[in-house]
Amino acid sequence: MEIIVCVKHVPETAEAEIAIDSSGKGIKTEDLVFDINEWDDYAVEEAVLIKEKLGGRVTIVTVGSEDADKTLRKCLAKGADRAIRLTDKAFDGSDAYATAKILYGVIKDLPFDLILTGTQAGDDGYAQVGVILAGFLGIPHATMVKKIELMEGFTRVNRELEGGLEQVMEVGTPALLAVQTGINEPRYVSIMGIRKARQKELKVLGLNDLGLKEEEVGESGSWITVEEMFIPPVEKEAEILVGGLDAISSKIVETLRARGLI
Amino acid sequence: MEFELTEEQEDIKNAAREFAEKEFTAELGRKIDEKYEFPWMLYRKAAKLGFIGGSLPEEHGGQGLGCIEDCIVAEEFNRVDSTCAHLLSGIGFAALVPKFGTEEQNKKYVPRICKGEIVCAMALTEPNHGSDAGMVGLETTAVKDRNEWVINGAKTYITCGEEAEFVMVCCQTDPNAQPPYRGVSMIIVEKGTKGFDTNSLKPKLGFRGAPQAELSFDNVRIPLGNLLGQENRGFHQIMSYFDFSRIPIAAGAIGIAQGAYESSLKYSTQREQFFQPIANFQVTQFKIAEMATKIETARLLTYKAAWLVENKPEQRRLVTKISSMAKAYAAKISKEVTDEAIQIHGGVGYVDSDIERHYRDTRINDIIEGTGEIQKYIVARECYREIGFSV
Repeated sequence: MEIIVCVKHVPETAEAEIAIDSSGKGIKTEDLVFDINEWDDYAVEEAVLIKEKLGGRVTIVTVGSEDADKTLRKCLAKGADRAIRLTDKAFDGSDAYATAKILYGVIKDLPFDLILTGTQAGDDGYAQVGVILAGFLGIPHATMVKKIELMEGFTRVNRELEGGLEQVMEVGTPALLAVQTGINEPRYVSIMGIRKARQKELKVLGLNDLGLKEEEVGESGSWITVEEMFIPPVEKEAEILVGGLDAISSKIVETLRARGLI
Repeated sequence: MEFELTEEQEDIKNAAREFAEKEFTAELGRKIDEKYEFPWMLYRKAAKLGFIGGSLPEEHGGQGLGCIEDCIVAEEFNRVDSTCAHLLSGIGFAALVPKFGTEEQNKKYVPRICKGEIVCAMALTEPNHGSDAGMVGLETTAVKDRNEWVINGAKTYITCGEEAEFVMVCCQTDPNAQPPYRGVSMIIVEKGTKGFDTNSLKPKLGFRGAPQAELSFDNVRIPLGNLLGQENRGFHQIMSYFDFSRIPIAAGAIGIAQGAYESSLKYSTQREQFFQPIANFQVTQFKIAEMATKIETARLLTYKAAWLVENKPEQRRLVTKISSMAKAYAAKISKEVTDEAIQIHGGVGYVDSDIERHYRDTRINDIIEGTGEIQKYIVARECYREIGFSV
């Protein structure tokens, strides 16, 4: 099995203090800790699990700066076999479409049976790169995948839908699957893994290596432009409950129930 | 001059941090603290990832890393939870085996330690002798009888003494040696050997994930081949080992301080008094500045000591001096920083938080592997030696 996993090096924003940068279109990242995108971590684990079962090779691809090597080394330490970082000044400002095009630039020449991505990225949340990449490659895809079974010539996948629903479908291979968190339990990085990763290949390619033109990538190659980024003001609305203990507790239960919280 | 970790060390730091942040929950820390339990489950998990035996040789299942990496792991583990981090006590003295042991002893014990199957202990301290063990001599004796050692005596405050699969026991093998430390040997005693008994010691202030025990030896018969290293060189072996083993202890103390500092920093921005966060008050800011400075100072000293072990091992006296400085200073500031952390947290720090547990846990760092006072004596001795004066 030749498996390619597309990953992204993203800032951890869930518990951090977020501030908008001077352009008004992004966030200040200098004090944030960067790591592998959470969804991608599950994709890497799934790829390594498949490789451990069936043999083969896992190739990690990312678009990013040199800082992304931290994420690539992490993937290699977890069991991936080689990594490719796509870096070029011209790539800056790429939207999901342009990013997918950059990835396509390298993946079109690589052998693969399966491409895995995370369902979305924790920073911009577009959830588009995988789907567009499948379009460029002309292969079928499935998103929000939480189970993968590999068959001869196709794969059976479970998709996680809203309301606890699950959909099972068959996708012809080679295919691109965008995986959901919870599909597996990503392993920890071991010291043995870190040491082995030092021997593995980490290749860096730029615009010219991919045969792309400058106008095809970055802002000029993008279909979407970000207008503004802002933090919505916190609404402070409080209702003071009065009356006896029973009346107050029933009112609380009623309110929570009405909002679907219990 | 460089102050940066290598890429590989950076990756080890991230891996240790991620493991600890996910596995070392405060709830688990509290449970270990309440029950005085060695955290076997965490120990095995950590071993599987190579965090146990990082500096043990690769041919026996270790990772072949050095003192700097040991410090990184100790610091990161202790930063997250000082009690869960007690898992590291299970391997405290394991490196004595590859350093002094025979091929057979290495094959028998080291791979099992690296896999997290067993823990080991070293027993030097006795009811009547601790810091003075080398000068006054040990009461625990080992006498040769045909092809066996016969051990009699008692040891106390032995970390993981009860859990250990084997204990490296320091015994007086030559009672007439002058000074007495020239007659001390280390002998491996396995758990379950007839006449060897252990008794867990409690209550104790903190450090409860690393249970301590008193050991008694009543005509314990051990094959002569269980001698670790050279006969009558045991004290030298231990002392040369302490030169680098005390450095990760310093790193652990720094980790506890770092964790307490981070909690204090965050808490001071949330806790409001006089209609504003207490971080606005200069009295709090100065406390934070002092804490951060102490931690940074101790860290520089500790990693310098670890760097010396790796890069200038031939400068043995310098390694001894700087590692003693690092251990004494890190243990001292860790007590001060966790104390100040309680002060910043106020009632919450004293009663309803984990800060008090970290404060209790770090106290041991100024006692184990040579007290702060002994460390200062070593530093002073080396300082005077440099000008040709003997103290």
